[in-house]
Amino acid sequence: MRLGVIGIVLLAVAAGFLYLGGWFSPNALTPARFVDAFERTDGVFSGFRRNHAKGVGVSGYFDSNGQGVRLSKAVVFNAGRVPVIGRFSFGGGDPHVADAPTMVRGLGLLFRLPDGEEWRTAMVSLPVFPFQTPQDFYDNLVASQPDPKTGKPDPAKMAAFGAGHPATVKAIDIIQRHAPSSGFENTAFNGLNAFRFIDATGASIPVRWSLAPVEPFVAMTPAATAQTDKNYMFDALIASISQHSLQWHLIVTIGKPEDPTNDATVAWPEAREQVDVGTVTLDHIESEETSPARDINFDPLVLPTGMAPSDDPLLSARSAIYSQSFTRRAGETKTPSAVTPAEVGK
Amino acid sequence: MATEQRQFTHLMRFLHWLMAAMVLTMLGIGVAMVASLGDYHRLVSIHRPLGIAILILVVIRYVNRQFSSLPPFPATMSAMERTAAHASEISLYALLFVLPLIGWGMLSAARFPIVLCGSLHLPPILPHNVMLYAFLRKTHTVLAYLLFLAFIAHFGAILFHTLVVRDRILSRMVPWRVDAR
Repeated sequence: MRLGVIGIVLLAVAAGFLYLGGWFSPNALTPARFVDAFERTDGVFSGFRRNHAKGVGVSGYFDSNGQGVRLSKAVVFNAGRVPVIGRFSFGGGDPHVADAPTMVRGLGLLFRLPDGEEWRTAMVSLPVFPFQTPQDFYDNLVASQPDPKTGKPDPAKMAAFGAGHPATVKAIDIIQRHAPSSGFENTAFNGLNAFRFIDATGASIPVRWSLAPVEPFVAMTPAATAQTDKNYMFDALIASISQHSLQWHLIVTIGKPEDPTNDATVAWPEAREQVDVGTVTLDHIESEETSPARDINFDPLVLPTGMAPSDDPLLSARSAIYSQSFTRRAGETKTPSAVTPAEVGK
Repeated sequence: MATEQRQFTHLMRFLHWLMAAMVLTMLGIGVAMVASLGDYHRLVSIHRPLGIAILILVVIRYVNRQFSSLPPFPATMSAMERTAAHASEISLYALLFVLPLIGWGMLSAARFPIVLCGSLHLPPILPHNVMLYAFLRKTHTVLAYLLFLAFIAHFGAILFHTLVVRDRILSRMVPWRVDAR
């Protein structure tokens, strides 16, 4: 009898832990299930990121002009220079996909601050993000998985997703009206999610950030070049950086209380105050195989003191999913990147 | 006649219950955060400093134990049971020391900042090596499950002695003062 009580108590404790670990909610969205969906859509390429798989490593520095100090106490904004490591990429899980200007471009950056802190950010070329929540993103991934019969996504499933997600339809409309540039070197990159900046007095403001290229905008041309050179956009970036370093202005947009911070599908009004807080200079490029950037998780929630996450539900989810993707690829054999060391050196 | 020591010292009992609460919280956070999207960041921000606090406390506790007198095992415990109890204590101490250290080491190998609170962070203790990270990350999970099993065994043994053998073994560790009967 008493032994039975002991058994029940121990089982209850174990069940409590299993409950916390999600064993009793097999349909709940977890980082593992999210990354599984990426793998089902794009396949598994040993050692590569599950999204933004194709890329190159870069490095350089950030020169702060001191204008950010009044917005945030983060030491990165004190006037002066900090080293930066980065990675340019294309969205999608195929590390050997042919370059095309219509694909989403990514730039992950890691700022190494003098007090030992780090600021990491992963930005993309889209003006807004197509999904409000992690669940929306996941449902879209599932809807766009290739149909085993045709090898292509089922248009009916895609349409059904759109019908149920008006915010996504609106965001895609904004995205389609945004003309892509010709290459990485003249791409504007956006942080998309809102964050909070905390100043020296402890006051907090909502912000978004982006990188505005110093290189003039040139509209994209049809990707005919990709037929002869699958890496033509990366090759153009390599050629460009080898001639002169590339620069972007780091622009902080300050939100008003009425601007949504929990919805990355919505652009803030054009009239919002924008502060140019300094210049990112990238003067070195290398293949992922030799670059430290390959083995860095550009987790958007690695933030220095003076920056904090907003209430955007995508942020914590991005952190969790990036970590899951990082853990999976970390233990896999690394296979050669599309942009090889020889290609960067030539 | 000198009265026999019936309880662990005040400090030992305090550390035991403090760490019991911390470790159970830690196991719960650990298992929940790896399955969580929305709460992941909040949980991992507690997991890191709490783990380092456990690492510091287990060292203090171990050193303190070496300089403290321990109450004897109850007479109801056989020699084999005593050996088993001793082995389980050693494995609990070892796991509480090694688990946070591996957590610190795996973040170091991932080249991930080990932020405790605000701008306070720890230096890396291993070189940037993602294969090493992958190995330590798995080890961290396996050892955490072992720690959970060790806790269940410890808790089960105490329940057995308290409810079935009824040898007042728990009185050695309860936070309040227990006099000889």
